[in-house]
Amino acid sequence: MDFISNHILTLMTFLPLAGAAVILLMPRGRDESVKRIAAVASFLPVPLAVQLWFTYDRTVAGVNVASQFQFVEHYSWIPSINVEYFLGADGISMPMIILTAIISFLAVIGSWNIEKQIKGYMALLLLLETGMMGVFCALDFFLFYVFWEVMLLPMYFLIGIWGGPRREYAAIKFFLYTLLGSILMLIVMLALYFNTVNPETGGHTFNMLHYMQQSTHNGWLQGFDIRVLLFLGLFIGFAIKVPLFPFHTWLPDAHVEAPTAISVILAGILLKMGTYGLMRISFPMFPDVTKWFVIPMAVLGAINIVYGALCAMAQSDLKKLVAYSSVSHMGFCLLGMAALTPAGMVGAAFQMFSHGMITSMLFFLVGVVYDRAHHRDIDGFGGLGAVVPVYTFFITVAFFASLGLPGFSGFIAEAMVFIGSFGVFRTIVIIAASGIIIVAAFHLWALQRVFLGPLNPKYAQLEEINPREIFCLSPLALMTLILGVYPMPVLNLMSSSLNHLVDVVKMVV
Amino acid sequence: MSLGNFDSLRYFLPELTITATILLLVMVHVAGKNRRSPAAALLSLVGTGTAIFFALLTPAGGGMGLFEGMVVLDGFAAFFKVLTALATAIVIFMSIDCVELSDKTQAEYYVFLLCVLLGMFLLSSATDIVMVYLALELVSIPSYLLAGYLKGKVSSTEASMKYVVYGATASGVMIYGFSLLYGMTGSTQISAIGNALTMGTLPLPAMLAAVMVTVGFGYKIAAVPFHMWSPDVYEGAPTPVTAFLSVGPKAAGFAVLVRFFYTVFASPDATGGMWKLTSSVDWTFLFAVLSAVTMTVGNLVAIKQRNVKRLLAYSSIAHAGYMLMGFVLLSAAGLKAILFYLVVYLFMNLGAFYVVVLVANGSRDEDISHFSGLGTRAPLAAVSLAIFLFALTGIPPFSGFIGKVYLFAEVIHREVYWLVLVAGINSVISLYYYARILKVMFLEDPVHTGELSVAFVPRVMLTILVVPTLLLGVYWEPVIRIAESSVRILIH
Repeated sequence: MDFISNHILTLMTFLPLAGAAVILLMPRGRDESVKRIAAVASFLPVPLAVQLWFTYDRTVAGVNVASQFQFVEHYSWIPSINVEYFLGADGISMPMIILTAIISFLAVIGSWNIEKQIKGYMALLLLLETGMMGVFCALDFFLFYVFWEVMLLPMYFLIGIWGGPRREYAAIKFFLYTLLGSILMLIVMLALYFNTVNPETGGHTFNMLHYMQQSTHNGWLQGFDIRVLLFLGLFIGFAIKVPLFPFHTWLPDAHVEAPTAISVILAGILLKMGTYGLMRISFPMFPDVTKWFVIPMAVLGAINIVYGALCAMAQSDLKKLVAYSSVSHMGFCLLGMAALTPAGMVGAAFQMFSHGMITSMLFFLVGVVYDRAHHRDIDGFGGLGAVVPVYTFFITVAFFASLGLPGFSGFIAEAMVFIGSFGVFRTIVIIAASGIIIVAAFHLWALQRVFLGPLNPKYAQLEEINPREIFCLSPLALMTLILGVYPMPVLNLMSSSLNHLVDVVKMVV
Repeated sequence: MSLGNFDSLRYFLPELTITATILLLVMVHVAGKNRRSPAAALLSLVGTGTAIFFALLTPAGGGMGLFEGMVVLDGFAAFFKVLTALATAIVIFMSIDCVELSDKTQAEYYVFLLCVLLGMFLLSSATDIVMVYLALELVSIPSYLLAGYLKGKVSSTEASMKYVVYGATASGVMIYGFSLLYGMTGSTQISAIGNALTMGTLPLPAMLAAVMVTVGFGYKIAAVPFHMWSPDVYEGAPTPVTAFLSVGPKAAGFAVLVRFFYTVFASPDATGGMWKLTSSVDWTFLFAVLSAVTMTVGNLVAIKQRNVKRLLAYSSIAHAGYMLMGFVLLSAAGLKAILFYLVVYLFMNLGAFYVVVLVANGSRDEDISHFSGLGTRAPLAAVSLAIFLFALTGIPPFSGFIGKVYLFAEVIHREVYWLVLVAGINSVISLYYYARILKVMFLEDPVHTGELSVAFVPRVMLTILVVPTLLLGVYWEPVIRIAESSVRILIH
C-alpha cells in the first residue's frame, strides 16, 4: 500500500499506458478481451482518484509554494540540463485529475460499439489518457511539454481513422493548429530556462515552481517588453487549446468529425488544458503581465461567450451546436480568471469541472442518437420525446444543465464568474451576460425541434437508450445535479489554492 | 605535436581496416563468378564493424597529429567515424534487402560504399587543406558511381551525371578558395592558417576564401543554394544510396565544416565554451541566413512532392538547415547540439528510407500512392515509419524532439530570436508533408490491397532503428555526454 500511496500520481498516469502496451501485445481477433483490458486499465485510476479525494489536505494552497504540493514525486531525469521527473497536485490540478480519471473511463465504456480496428483504437485512447493525466500532474515544464505533445499523436489518429466523412481534414487541421501553439510554448519554455536560476543550485532549471518566484528571473526576463512577448507566446499556445476566438476554427471540425467518445474527451478534458495552462503557468509566472493583460482577456472571454452562442444558434447539426456551445462556455472560464477576484477564479475553475461533465453528457447523447438515426440534423427529427422517453429525460437534463438552469452545476459556476467579475469590468460583463439568453435560446429551440412537436414517422421505431449508455450518462448527470445543489465538495478542494493564486497575481506591483 | 608517417600507422587502424576490406572485396569481385555473392556484403559488414571497434578505442584526451599533421586523432573525429561507419553498416543491410539493387549488386558496389566511408573517415579528421580536398574527392567520386549504379535506369544515369557536374564545379571553387588561403598565409595546415589570419590580413581575400570554401562544404551538406543537385540525385539513385548520401556524407560534411571554420576563421575564447571570430570576416551571419533559407526552401518544396523518396530528399535539406543553426553560434553547446542531432537523425532518417525500400520492393517506384493502406498491409513497417516521421517532425516522446530542443535552446541562449522563430514555423510546415504520408498509410482506404510481407532481417533492422528513436526521446543523457566530450577537444 505504501508503494501505491507514494507513487499515486505516477500510477494514475502510467497505468493506462501499461494497458495500452498489453493491448498491443494481444493477438489479433480478441476484440472482447481488448475492450475488457482497456476498461480495466482506464478504470484503475478511478479508485486512485477516490483515494486522492479522501487524502488531499484542503487547507494548504500549493500554486507556487513547493512545500505545499501533495503526492509529490521528484526525481532527477536528465541531470545535464536539470530536467526532472516532478509530479504533484494542488487545488488547481486536483479537480482536473479527478475529472480526467472519470471521463477517460466513461469514454472507454462509451467506445464499446467501435468495430473498426478496436485494438489500435483502445491503445491510442489509453495513450491519450496518459498524456492528459501527465499534463495535470507535471510540475516540471519539460515534462509538462512532453505530456502536452504526447496527446497530439493519439488524437490525430483517433480523429483521422475513426472519424466522420471529413476526418482527414479535421485531423490535420487540429494537429497543425495545436503544433503551432506548442512550438510557441517550446520557445517560451527555453527562454525561461536560460533566464532563471535555481535558487538552491545556481544552475538553470525547468522546475515550474522556481519560475514562479520572481526573484529567480534574470537576464531579459527583467524587461517588461520581453515578458509581454513571452506571455503572449504562451497565451496563444493555450488559447488555441481553449479555444479562444480567433483561434477556435479547428474546434467545430475536430468535434464534428471525431467519434463520440473522442469528442467527449476533446470537450471534457482537452479544452480545459488551455485554461489550466493559464492558471498553472501564465498567471503565476508572469503576474505583472497578467495584470496588464486582464482587459484583453476579459474581452476575448466575452467574445467567446456571445460569438460561440450565436454560432451555436445558427447550426443545423446537433453536434456542431454542442461544439459551439463549448466555445461559449469556455469563455466564462476566461472571463472569471481575468477578473482576478477569488469568486471569479473559483468560478472559472468550477466551470472547467462542471463543463467537463455537462459537455461530456451532451456529446454522449448526440452520439446515441447518431448511432441510431445516422444523421444529426436538428430539423430532421421531431417529436422524439414520445418515442424515447428515457433518452429525452437525459438530454433534457443535460440541456438544462448546459444552459445554466439553477440546480445544476453550470449555474453555480456561471453565477460565480459573473459575481466575481461584475465589479471589475462592468460593461464587458453586461455584454457577456446577454450571451446567457442566447445560450438558453438555442438550447430550448433545439430541444423543441427534436423532441417536441409532431412525430417524424421515420423515427417511430427509434431504439431506446441502452443500459451501457445509461451507465455512461448517469454518474455525470448525478454529479451535475449534486454539485448544482451543494457545490462545496469541489469548491473546498480548490478554493485555498485559487485564493492564493489571486493573491500571487494581485500582490505584484 | 604530430607523429611521423611510420609511427602514425598504429593509430590509423580504422582506416587501415577499411582499406584492407576494400582490397579483399576487389579480390572477391575478381574471383567470384556469382553475381549475387552474399560474401561481399558480409565481408564489408565485418570490415565496417571492425573499423567501428577500432574507432571506439581512440585514446581520450588531446588531439594527436598523424602523418606530419595531415590528419588528427581526436574524440571529434572518432565521433564522426563511428557515426558514419554505423550509417554505412545500416545501408549495407538496406542494400541487401533492396530488390532494385540486389539483382545487380556485385562486390564492386560495396567497394564504392567503403571508399566513401574511408573518405568520410579522412574528412572528419583532416587538418590540412590538401587532405581536406583529397578526402572530399574520395567521398565524392565513388558517390557519383553509386548514384548511377542502376545502369539501365535513365534517372539514375541522369542523377550521376548531374552529381558529377555539380560536384566538379563545387570542388573547383573550393580549391580556388584554398589556394587563396595558401597564398595569404603560406601554409596548408589549418591551424597555421588560422594563426596567420589572426595576425591581421586583408579582409577581402579572406572573405572571398571563406565564401569559396563554403561552396564546397555547402555542396556536401546540401545547403541551399548549393542543394540543386540533391533532389534529382536522391530521386534517381538507388534508395539505399540515397539514404546513405543523406546521412553519411552529410555528417562528414558537417565535421569538416566545423573543424575548418572553427580553426581557420575563429579561435577559442578565453572564457571557455565559446569561440570568437578571427579577422574581420563575419561568416556567422552568412551561415545563419543560409540556415534559415535552407530549412525554409527544403520544407516548402517538400510539400508538393508526390514521390516519397524525393520528399525525404527535400526533408533532409531542411534538416541540414536545422543543424546549421548550431554552427553559427560559435559555442560548444551549439556544436554539441549538432552532434546530438546527427545521432538521432541517423536513426530516424535511415529508418524512414528503410521503409521506403521495403515498400518500393513491391511496387518498383516510390509514389506516395503505394503507401496507401500500409497500416493494415504491413503494420510493423507502417508504425515504424510513423515513428520515424514523428521524430523527423520533432514531436515528443521521440528522439528528433530532443535533438530540436538542444538546437533551439542554444539559439535562444545566444539570443538569435529570428532564427528560432523561422525554425519553429518550419517545424509546423514540416508536419504538413510528413502527415500526408501518415494520412495515406492510416487514414485513407487502401488503393492497393494484399499484405506486404516483410522478411525477418528487415523486421529486425527496423526494430534496431526504432528502439534508439524511442529511447533517445526518453533518456538521452549518455549520448549528450558523448557529444559534449567530443566537442570539448576542439576548444583546446
